[in-house]
Amino acid sequence: MSIFWIATIGTSVIAFALKLSGHSIPAHWLEHPTIARINALIPIALLSALVGVQTFTEKNKIMIDHRLAGVSVAVIALLLKAPFPIVVLSSAITSAAIYNWF
Amino acid sequence: MSRVEAITVRDSLSVSLTVGAYGIAFGAASVANGFSVLQSCLLSLLTFSGASQFAVIGVIGAGGSALSAIASASLLGVRNGLYGVIMAPRLKVKGFKRMIAAHITIDESTAVALGAEKRGPDAMRDGFWLTGFGVFFFWNLFTLVGALSAQAMGDTRAWGLDSAVPAAFLGLVWPRLENNRDRALAIGSVIFALAMTPVLPAGLPIIASAFIAIAVGLRP
Repeated sequence: MSIFWIATIGTSVIAFALKLSGHSIPAHWLEHPTIARINALIPIALLSALVGVQTFTEKNKIMIDHRLAGVSVAVIALLLKAPFPIVVLSSAITSAAIYNWF
Repeated sequence: MSRVEAITVRDSLSVSLTVGAYGIAFGAASVANGFSVLQSCLLSLLTFSGASQFAVIGVIGAGGSALSAIASASLLGVRNGLYGVIMAPRLKVKGFKRMIAAHITIDESTAVALGAEKRGPDAMRDGFWLTGFGVFFFWNLFTLVGALSAQAMGDTRAWGLDSAVPAAFLGLVWPRLENNRDRALAIGSVIFALAMTPVLPAGLPIIASAFIAIAVGLRP
């Protein structure tokens, strides 16, 4: 079985198990404020790390290329409070322009 | 289900349609990172949790192992479990209905339900089910559209998709940055993940950043 299938099936099974467990366990187990706080912070750390890795790396190397221009435009779009589709599209257009012309 | 209020329908529908845009981005990013159209659609049907799905394709795309990808996605899926804890006593469903409720327990359905809390328990339940099913429909439809489009593109870099993926992550994390602590954590995580990239196997720098979140969260 390919790595893609293992990832697809494994992620799906655990995702559903997590959702169902929430509907099955007593509420007071998870009421601690520290747990709520960590739960809000984990997505920030993981998604930010993903932004960094997907922008600046190629396998195990740091790489600066057309992607940085695209993501920089995404930052500007977000600072201007652009909606999500505009953020992604403006980033893709910038990156594609640089990739194709240089 | 008794008569559903117009405001609940409007909220649910606008959320469901907006999320569709993310579905296109996911489908396209998934194919750009090497997943097939079928695998991309199965991720949306079965995992049905945007951040987790983006994480699994992101880690594999960065050259990580299946285990790293599943672990990253699952860490992001933990919050759906916490939403379930909030929603279960309000939905009061059992058996097969509870399994369906669990599957559609995500950011959007929980948010619309909690937003309708002031209008009473019925509005809350309506908001949850309508948004859950609405997002499920549009998310899966648009995933297919995005995946097929990316497949038709050939070299996805020439279309800027390799930049659209981190831009999409950025768009997901941006609204979560509410204060300086959040912003410091975001920047710290980027620096940490990049510093660890030459040292750790691909994928691990991303999961390891969760420990920074735990360390920050342990301080009151």
